[in-house]
Amino acid sequence: MKRLLTGGRVVDPANGIDGVHDVLIEDGRIARVGRDLPVDDATVLEIPSGLVVCPGLIDMHVHLREPGQEHKETVASGVASAVAGGFTAVACMPNTTPVNDNANVTLLILAKAAEAKLAHVYPIGAVSKGSKGELLADIAELKQAGCVAITDDGHPVATALLMRRALEYAGMFGMPVIEHCEDPSLKGDGVAHEGFHAASLGLRGIPGAAEALGVERGVLLSELTGSAFHVAHMSARASMRAVRNGKDVGVRVTCEVAPHHFTLTDEALGSPIPYDTNTKMNPPLREAADRDAMLAGIVDGTVDVIATDHAPHHYDEKKVEFDRAPFGIVGLETAVPLSLDRLVHSGLIRLPRLVELLSTAPARILRVPGGSLSPGSPADITILAPDLKVRIRASQLRSRSKNTPFDGWELRGGVAATIIHGRTVYVNPEMGSGVI
Amino acid sequence: MSTTSQELDQKQAVTALRRKDLLGIAELSPGEIELILDTAEAMKEVGTRPIKKVPALRGKTVVNLFFEPSTRTRTSFEIAEKRLSADTLSIAIGTSSVVKGETLADTALNLEAMSPDMIVLRHASSGACHFLSRVCRSAIINAGDGMHEHPTQALLDAFTIRERKKQLAGLKVAIVGDLLHSRVLRSNIHLLTKLGADVWVCGPPTLIPTDIRRFGVTPTSVVEEAVRDADVIMLLRIQLERMEGAYFPSLREYFRVFGMTEERLLLAKSDVMIMHPGPMNRGVEIASEVADGPYSVILDQVANGVAVRMAVLYLLAGGVEHEEAAYGRASRRSRERD
Repeated sequence: MKRLLTGGRVVDPANGIDGVHDVLIEDGRIARVGRDLPVDDATVLEIPSGLVVCPGLIDMHVHLREPGQEHKETVASGVASAVAGGFTAVACMPNTTPVNDNANVTLLILAKAAEAKLAHVYPIGAVSKGSKGELLADIAELKQAGCVAITDDGHPVATALLMRRALEYAGMFGMPVIEHCEDPSLKGDGVAHEGFHAASLGLRGIPGAAEALGVERGVLLSELTGSAFHVAHMSARASMRAVRNGKDVGVRVTCEVAPHHFTLTDEALGSPIPYDTNTKMNPPLREAADRDAMLAGIVDGTVDVIATDHAPHHYDEKKVEFDRAPFGIVGLETAVPLSLDRLVHSGLIRLPRLVELLSTAPARILRVPGGSLSPGSPADITILAPDLKVRIRASQLRSRSKNTPFDGWELRGGVAATIIHGRTVYVNPEMGSGVI
Repeated sequence: MSTTSQELDQKQAVTALRRKDLLGIAELSPGEIELILDTAEAMKEVGTRPIKKVPALRGKTVVNLFFEPSTRTRTSFEIAEKRLSADTLSIAIGTSSVVKGETLADTALNLEAMSPDMIVLRHASSGACHFLSRVCRSAIINAGDGMHEHPTQALLDAFTIRERKKQLAGLKVAIVGDLLHSRVLRSNIHLLTKLGADVWVCGPPTLIPTDIRRFGVTPTSVVEEAVRDADVIMLLRIQLERMEGAYFPSLREYFRVFGMTEERLLLAKSDVMIMHPGPMNRGVEIASEVADGPYSVILDQVANGVAVRMAVLYLLAGGVEHEEAAYGRASRRSRERD
């Protein structure tokens, strides 16, 4: 079966393509990208002008909550949310119940993903058994079952020694270690960024240094071991400095930033809704100088990836006193509008750079298929509508949880459609019927 | 807004707080603060009568919902409510019942089903009152939320200062103690700066909140600087468990560096007022000689607490009656949104 996507602006930074091209899909794979390709027996799909065809977006940091926390999210609801957000693949964190520290859990997640037949799911295994920070998990077994990286996300790897071992051992399989960077003693029982707003609201603070210490540790140990180290959900300006310094001397460090950390600041703790638990996440929303450092890192290339840290929580869990609420917000369906609005339309970066951040780089870091429209790659394609007027409505999210601070926001740019293995799995109803 | 409705607003502002709740001092205008303090003067007179009761809140139900232990504040609210003829009940809920599983929202909604008019809330979580105000139709009065605010304490402090000094503008007020964990500090900073006082805050750097200068106060860790020429010295309680967080080495050392002694008092103005929100740790933040000495107004603060709380209850009840229709709608809307 052949499909020919014609008339769209194709942006494929891996192949240096940015222009109006046709994309020929054959048997679920990219056959060719070029100008005026022959139609032959292909079904033609006219892409309206103004839309952008790019390699499928990959979110390398999501919490799908299954097994064990299905009231928040399931693999099925999570991948439905993913494709509605333009993501053709997600990598899911191991802090499920039980923890994904063995092949049984990995295989269960993969089976649920196969059943859902939407976005690809790449499980990420635990560094340590039960993520307890004592013994290494069976990493070869995890790798064989399908895990693409390891992390004890939710918490940092307990000791420098265990982190060193994890880097050395996982390095053997070419798996990066992804770290939730945080010094637990400095974080303490903090619930918000340590700054003026937390002080004013009487919320216990978490200083940026708590994160940066973890980043520094990881960079040093990556240098020591020569293995790949990836900083999850980076938020503090001192962390950015540590990554930049590491890259400057050739350390194999990469990092990701979440849309909420390049969009919001700790001012959101107090307004428009004081103590809104949807402004509570870890790492916390930081002050303007930190947010600006995230933007600067995105512009200058220090930041490799935009990842959402999609963290669904049931409304019962969030409808409590601020300090009792769990950390985290959903992000899969708001990432593209926030990125287009805040990064591209603001003039900070251009579209090819955004595609690199959302597709090319995560594919490279996790060593998974996709990230380009090279012939032979799976036909995982996201069609962006950069000028679509989007209004975020929490109640309309596909995710099982609605915990977002962006409810009611109006943004410029969205997702038109999502194609996986050549099959259209999502069309934005806002685009009007029959457009795609 | 037209001129006529502005005039109308100003007229109403004389007799009622145009708000549903008292969540903190941060939200109050200087005019509203003055209104509460003026009203408290009239209320204080009620307490000097042989029959200490007025019918202002007759038929109103007030629930004192205390999730943290409190003697002074709870008693003060109860007496204030009774003097205004409200039907009152006090519920002290240990944190254990939270562990049993009922959320704060459910507890409050269950109480609300019995149609109280006001809920006086004391809770260990900062923002608990803001949270309840979004869930509840009743007026919420903050009796202390976590490390955030304790507005009636700041109001009674201001009332006590005003009684002696006539006005707050231009006074040097030194606040010394555990600034970081203190809701009394935050409410007092808002109130004192709104009314024009020169506020100095003092404590070890480990107990000073981030960016405290942005609140419009002068921080120092030299207690002599803070108290020099001060008109008012306010001591804040040092919690004994703070040593475990390594905020300072020992109570003895705290007293040595920051304790309010008779010698340090000599640096202040000759008519200085010594205040403490209680409960005091004698020999830690304050020497007994100072607490019991001639400059201490600590018991006046407690006495004035009743009058100030009567004023708050009275003004909010007037506000509720006046604005019932409008606030009812707003409250239902916010519940739907939640």
